Amino acid sequence: MQLEAKNIGFRYHQNPWLFRNFSLTLNSGEILGLKGQSGCGKTTLARILAGYEKTLEGRIELGGAPLPKVGYRAVQLVFQHPEKSVNPRWHMRDILQEGWQPDDELLARFGIQQDWLSRWPNELSGGELQRFCVVRALSPETKFLIADEMTAMLDAITQAQIWQAILELAKERDLGILVVSHEKELVKRVCDRVIELDSVHLERNSFIS
Amino acid sequence: MNQLNHALSLEEKPRKIIRFNRRQSTLITILSGLALLTAIIAASFLMSDEAIKTHFEARNLSPSWQHFFGTDWLGRDMFTRTVKGLSLSIGIGLLASTVSVIVALILGMAAATLGKTVDTLISWLVDVFMGLPHLVALILIAFALGSGAKGVIIGVACTHWPNLTRIIRAEVLQLRTSQFVQVSRHMGKSRIWIAVQHLLPHLLPQFFVGLVLLFPHAILHEASITFLGFGLSPHQPAIGVILSESMNYLSVGMWWLAFFPGLSLLVVVRVFDMVGDNLRLMFDPHSAHE
Ligand SMILES: Nc1ncnc2c1ncn2[C@@H]1O[C@H](COP(=O)(O)OP(=O)(O)OP(=O)(O)O)[C@@H](O)[C@H]1O
Ligand SMILES: [Mg+2]
Repeated sequence: MQLEAKNIGFRYHQNPWLFRNFSLTLNSGEILGLKGQSGCGKTTLARILAGYEKTLEGRIELGGAPLPKVGYRAVQLVFQHPEKSVNPRWHMRDILQEGWQPDDELLARFGIQQDWLSRWPNELSGGELQRFCVVRALSPETKFLIADEMTAMLDAITQAQIWQAILELAKERDLGILVVSHEKELVKRVCDRVIELDSVHLERNSFIS
Repeated sequence: MNQLNHALSLEEKPRKIIRFNRRQSTLITILSGLALLTAIIAASFLMSDEAIKTHFEARNLSPSWQHFFGTDWLGRDMFTRTVKGLSLSIGIGLLASTVSVIVALILGMAAATLGKTVDTLISWLVDVFMGLPHLVALILIAFALGSGAKGVIIGVACTHWPNLTRIIRAEVLQLRTSQFVQVSRHMGKSRIWIAVQHLLPHLLPQFFVGLVLLFPHAILHEASITFLGFGLSPHQPAIGVILSESMNYLSVGMWWLAFFPGLSLLVVVRVFDMVGDNLRLMFDPHSAHE
């Protein structure tokens, strides 16, 4: 299966275009890196690819069809700030199981401790919270994962642990992953290929593949 | 370095005590307010009806140790009547404000989640009801439904939902764009499921604060339309009934007939206001974690 962006363009209100005529193809089982300066529109692109935002021009296709608008989405996005993507009035267990029921083995792979499950979100560190968000997004129905600066706030060891777990899972399930990051080291280590979202490029009708 | 730490910890201390005290005093105010109200209701159940029957031998007595609030022209004990009246008012107020708050909750959530047409319609209704003076609307409704508790309760419920509806609508609109709600949609959850599971827990504080703040209004309005003769029947021991009857006797110098029941009503209303304000303080997101 493929997740494709075809000649998409987006801007907020009347602001300048963040990108135009931008195309991208993400294959199942592929780990693609996306680099770019701060503020160039990486998060915006990630939101569009996952169906959180409508593109103004062009279209997004999943396996040749438009992104579905109901049911569990096969394209899942893990946000930069985990504290915003969990309901502060829910227990961690409920947050984790909102979309599916992860087994203990998977939790262990991501280093989630059992006693964290009965805590509130504000009783966990950002890194601990982010593991929950990752596992929550990785149901068997997930075909593509978009990781927006997913591990930016973690230390190197935790980062390595989480990425190792994700890469293993991606192999097992043939997941396609888009790694949005400004950390060159990380991108170089985990990604099969890398594209750059560079505003100057994009003005000139870029096709990067 | 050590000295610096020391200085810092010294500076920390007094602030901590003040914070603790504020939260504590908030809690004490709330609890004592609730205790007073429970006491009134309990007392009204415990007091026998004997004291509010006609006693011709004890007519028109001014306040004394035996009759705290005096007696009226039929020899009824005014203290007992006041307590029973207050308790009736509290009951009606509670029912009316609960209905009102539930209406506000449902309409507020509907306006913010069910699309543009519903939103326009509800916002229009809110504006219409906000433009109408409460007392006028109340009298109309109570009159149309015939006097009695039903008219009062429905009247108060119908006139007091708009404010809270506005607040809840704004809150839901903001919540709807929050990341965790969007994530939930992408987990395939339905709108109704999200409304109940995600939005409702955030609206509960508004719900309770709104309930308590509506209470004084409900009680005062009940008393005033009863006073005007559109509310509860004269046979019920309501504060409004007591006050309107007493008016006839004020000119004869029986000041205690209106003074004590009126004062008690004022005190109960103030207590509710205080409890409501303190609850709001406690639920306020900026002070909630102190
Ligand atoms: N909701 C919004 N309304 C208006 N402008 C926005 C909005 N969200 C983002 N922007 C603007 O769009 C541009 C791109 O934002 P975006 O978050 O996509 O950047 P980014 O590449 O993810 O940056 P970073 O690396 O810092 O995360 C920024 O200039 C930002 O100010
Ligand atoms: Mg970003």
